Amino acid sequence: MGVSIEVQNLNAWYGSNHTLQDINLNIPANHVTALIGPSGCGKSTFVRCINRMHETNPIARVTGTVRIGGLDIYADARPVEIRRRVGMVFQRPNPFPTMSIYDNVAAGLKLNGYSNRKRLDEIVERSLKNSALWDEVKDDLKKKSGASLSGGQQQRLCIARALAVDPEVLLMDEPASALDPVSTAKIEDLIFQLKSQYTIVIVTHNMQQAARVAEKTGFFLNGRMVEFDSTHKIFTNPSDKRTEDYITGRFG
Amino acid sequence: MAHRAACTLWVLGRPLVRLQWGKPGDSCEFLLVCILFFIAVTCLSQLPGSLKCVDRTVPEIRVAQSLPEPEAVHSPEHQAAAVAGHSEIRRYLLARGNSAGADRLFKVLMTLCAISIFLIVALIAYQLVDKSQMNWARSGLKFFYTAVKDPVTGQPQYWDPVNGNFSAIPFIYGTLVTSFLSLFFAVPLAVGVAVFLTEMCPGFLRAPLSFLTELLAAIPSIIYGLWALFILVPLLRQYANPVLNKTLGWTGLFGSDNPTGLGYLASGVILAIMVLPIISSLTREVMTAVPQSQREAVLALGATRWEMIRMGVLRNARIGIVGAIILGLGRALGETMAVLMVIGNTPEVHKSLLANGATMASVIANEFAEAFSDLHRSALVEIGLALFVVTIIVNIFAQLLIWAVTRGTPSRAH
Repeated sequence: MGVSIEVQNLNAWYGSNHTLQDINLNIPANHVTALIGPSGCGKSTFVRCINRMHETNPIARVTGTVRIGGLDIYADARPVEIRRRVGMVFQRPNPFPTMSIYDNVAAGLKLNGYSNRKRLDEIVERSLKNSALWDEVKDDLKKKSGASLSGGQQQRLCIARALAVDPEVLLMDEPASALDPVSTAKIEDLIFQLKSQYTIVIVTHNMQQAARVAEKTGFFLNGRMVEFDSTHKIFTNPSDKRTEDYITGRFG
Repeated sequence: MAHRAACTLWVLGRPLVRLQWGKPGDSCEFLLVCILFFIAVTCLSQLPGSLKCVDRTVPEIRVAQSLPEPEAVHSPEHQAAAVAGHSEIRRYLLARGNSAGADRLFKVLMTLCAISIFLIVALIAYQLVDKSQMNWARSGLKFFYTAVKDPVTGQPQYWDPVNGNFSAIPFIYGTLVTSFLSLFFAVPLAVGVAVFLTEMCPGFLRAPLSFLTELLAAIPSIIYGLWALFILVPLLRQYANPVLNKTLGWTGLFGSDNPTGLGYLASGVILAIMVLPIISSLTREVMTAVPQSQREAVLALGATRWEMIRMGVLRNARIGIVGAIILGLGRALGETMAVLMVIGNTPEVHKSLLANGATMASVIANEFAEAFSDLHRSALVEIGLALFVVTIIVNIFAQLLIWAVTRGTPSRAH
């Protein structure tokens, strides 16, 4: 089951660049939340703060509070534990090229020393089914490398890899931006099916995509969150002028 | 010009004339001459008129100068403009012609520089084969795997210049033992240095540390030899060797019969320091070539730093790291001076790593000046030939592996 995320006064920097300014936000459990906004507005930085990936960059810095299911991830936890609970899918598919499809999916579990062969087989199968890839790869799970798949399949493989560790939150940083429309549609279907089990936060450039998959939408601009509301309200009757300008295509 | 071409042919063909058919090694020599000739001919035929050009360069410029102007200038408008508004600079530049000769001369000179590389390698190989003929004719391939037994003691006489018995076994053995010993010490250290530099080094330390690592490669090997002789060997003799002998003597690898401290182990350690910068800097290069997205993919799964490096970096870079190690091996195989100073220079085979030995490179350096019999000299050259072939193969193999990683194979995800 997914958990909710509460963000209070979150500020983030890259060097001297103040990329996130005073973000306050409650992301509900078991919903899809979309973050939209022009390039460089801080949406990717925001999701990277939720699993503490932001700080892997040596010049990055964060202040503020993020609670995942009540746990203050910056005060009371180590990054490693957080990332075991919060899965992430990146903009460009990044399967491990030296591993088979099976090992790619099992990577998160093997990394953490999980070695029950039979259970691993089940988990790999379930994750690949959940990411709608099973039928396409079931015959060469251990024969083919993760890099031998097409771009769309690779991205679904990465989703399967994230799902295999059974995360409470799934972060997706523009998961379909490098894919063709058919693969994008598959990923969107997938997001729709997954939300009953996970809290999903998806960053997207594509406003139609946000409208299609998300119940809640947040609009970011220049490092600030301008508006956060139900997707329906954001796209039909936004309360902020800037949101309206953006969604009607007047800028960005 | 015809004379020059004839000269070239004569120079290239001279070894052909010297061929004496019916002796062992002839086919080998003939092959080499053919290769040499082939390289020369192909290179020359690739250049349109390269040979001719050398002679014709100067007159050609004059021909160009005597031409009044390029053809286009003769059209009515151009001619009018030419007569009316020729500045001094324009006249000067027009008088220079089209510079085709100078261009061609430049091309020929640069091509000759490039060809010289082929020629140098071919000539080295030719000389090594040529000068080792005597020993090759005497013992053939047996030189590399058998030795004459002493009639009295039954002990193998590997290297006996007095009676003219030569075998390469102790030197091949010594080269292999010292080289692999050096890799045993250097690889973990070098990979550790590379991991630190690429993954966890604070910015201010990165430049000095990588500079120091590279600096290790720039120190002349005689300095390493001196350091090893005066610092390392006494340390081994006083502290390390007795301890090794006491604790691991039962394996037979650390016998106690050598009180000098010289030997395979000392050579291995000094070689390790010498190959460290090569392995380390190349490993760093291939690790830097691993895309950042791979590191993030592993981190996002909840990996610790070490797990990230193991799964995201080392695993992806492993082929290149193997290449770096093999390149280090290439250096260790051929390293001469430092090894010569600390290995003890005894043409014998010992199981104990603390015993004296000799390597292929060290025996050549050590004995060549004093080798008065032709057979002795020829045997040394043949060892050199073997070393040459092995080092070239090892280096080609390593370069291919590194190239495969840093260029990015088609199947890589970025």
